[in-house]
Amino acid sequence: MQWETVIGLEIHAQLATKSKIFSGASTAFGAAPNTQACNVDLGMPGVLPVLNKEAVRMAVTFGVAIDAEIGQRSVFARKNYFYPDLPKGYQISQFELPIVGKGEVDIELDDGFCKPVGVTRAHLEEDAGKSLHEDFHGMTGVDLNRAGTPLLEIVSEPDMRSAKEAVAYAKKIHQIVQYLGICDGNMQEGSFRCDANVSVRPLGGPLGTRAELKNLNSFRFLERAINIEVERQIDLIEAGGAVVQETRLYDADKDETRSMRSKEEANDYRYFPDPDLLPVELDADLIETIRSAMPELPDAKRLRFAEVYGLSEYDAAVLTASKDLAEYFEQVAKVAGDAKLAANWVMGELSGSLNKAGLDLSESPLSAETLGGMLLRIVDKTISGKIAKQVFEAMWAGEGEADQIIEAKGLKQITDTGAIEAVVDGVLEANPEQVANYRSADEKKRPKMLGFFVGQVMKQSKGKANPQQVNELLLKKL
Amino acid sequence: MSLERSDVEKIAHLARLAVSDDELEAVTSDLSNILNLVEQMETADTEGVEPMAHPLHMTQRLREDEATEQDQRNLFQSLAPLTDEGLYLVPRVIE
Repeated sequence: MQWETVIGLEIHAQLATKSKIFSGASTAFGAAPNTQACNVDLGMPGVLPVLNKEAVRMAVTFGVAIDAEIGQRSVFARKNYFYPDLPKGYQISQFELPIVGKGEVDIELDDGFCKPVGVTRAHLEEDAGKSLHEDFHGMTGVDLNRAGTPLLEIVSEPDMRSAKEAVAYAKKIHQIVQYLGICDGNMQEGSFRCDANVSVRPLGGPLGTRAELKNLNSFRFLERAINIEVERQIDLIEAGGAVVQETRLYDADKDETRSMRSKEEANDYRYFPDPDLLPVELDADLIETIRSAMPELPDAKRLRFAEVYGLSEYDAAVLTASKDLAEYFEQVAKVAGDAKLAANWVMGELSGSLNKAGLDLSESPLSAETLGGMLLRIVDKTISGKIAKQVFEAMWAGEGEADQIIEAKGLKQITDTGAIEAVVDGVLEANPEQVANYRSADEKKRPKMLGFFVGQVMKQSKGKANPQQVNELLLKKL
Repeated sequence: MSLERSDVEKIAHLARLAVSDDELEAVTSDLSNILNLVEQMETADTEGVEPMAHPLHMTQRLREDEATEQDQRNLFQSLAPLTDEGLYLVPRVIE
């Protein structure tokens, strides 16, 4: 039988506010346990939540970016369940009337096609705390610093048909929230979390029963977990079994998904409107202000890079993968005055060196101005592309700006014909045999043989002779 | 609408309320009565009336995004039965 996979994603994006969604406690990452959990976050008696304006603005920004319906009137609800990292016994979330309604994003597939994926809704909610299960003498330790951190839960339609599509969608949302500056996108720190609803069905048949996969804290795990779960479900059904609706945890070490039975019975959240919070009404002006302040989004930037800089589709996509990289590239291109050269160096030497050193672009030892400054010296023919690699390495090692290094190491390209000619003459004189061979050789074999002389000249000139001039002079003299 | 005992047992469990067997019958009948009242209210003609999410005809005021709270961990943790290295300790909950 031919099976079809159906996937929907729930993405929790932590909003990059300074304070919590309903309290004035800080949201900074990495503070000592419980030092950023105030009486509102702890659910002390008598406290009241007050909604953070910036969280609302960020949610609306996302909605506008994906061209979604914006809930001009939205309501907060209590989602009730018991867990030690949820002090109030309920999470403040939204149920009916979320702040962002139906929208859509386009994902690019490997075959170059675009596919629209529906966003059902996106709602504001507070995060829970963190439970630590190790090393507390058989007890669980609870850190409530994260409790009350604003989240935007983005729920997709079940529009994806493979793990690859799910990853493409997740990456797209990841890219959008980072471009908008509403989420730092850090998956290791849990600022961007994905849950996947996965089911299989006979091709074109009615929807099958779904399992919800959790603990997918990288795009690689997301893809891996979905593929494994699909295999499990198909094997199960083909063996005469049935998929049960449940939450399954992905275990990356064992590379398997397994049932989280204990959560099953609790799946009755008894939502009701939170009486502590009044309905939120957005005025049309706010939405308009947000719309007019919308930054350039990834798709638009990609198209502009291809068009304005003459980059290939692929290069444009790589360079716009993150806003930081795109801005870095544009600055390098501006300083160097040659976009294609800038693209090659940013995607080549720079990305390679960052990868090798395990560094993020934000930690790059080379600023865009520094790299651009070196490329400018290639453009104005002060150095060759080959010498530039030496200069790059020296800059990477912190030896200064390109001009200083070129000066200090005497790397300036020799373009003085007389000087190059002297080296060429010396090489020809020192290798009479090779010269004779060359002259008697077949026309077709000559280009290959010329390489020997070029190599010798470059060696003698320590790589500084202008390669084009070397070639021309050699051809003339031979 | 009348509730079954088992409904009440389930609701009590979800709310982590200990309702003893003696109380169950009375609670079941009380809750059923409340639901009956709601049912009666539902017969009122609400044609053209906008549903309310809150009894007050007001909208939510918003806070500026500023971290204004001081660290009061020691004060809060003086109420907790057990803490260690700044963490609240609770009976082990891992599955």
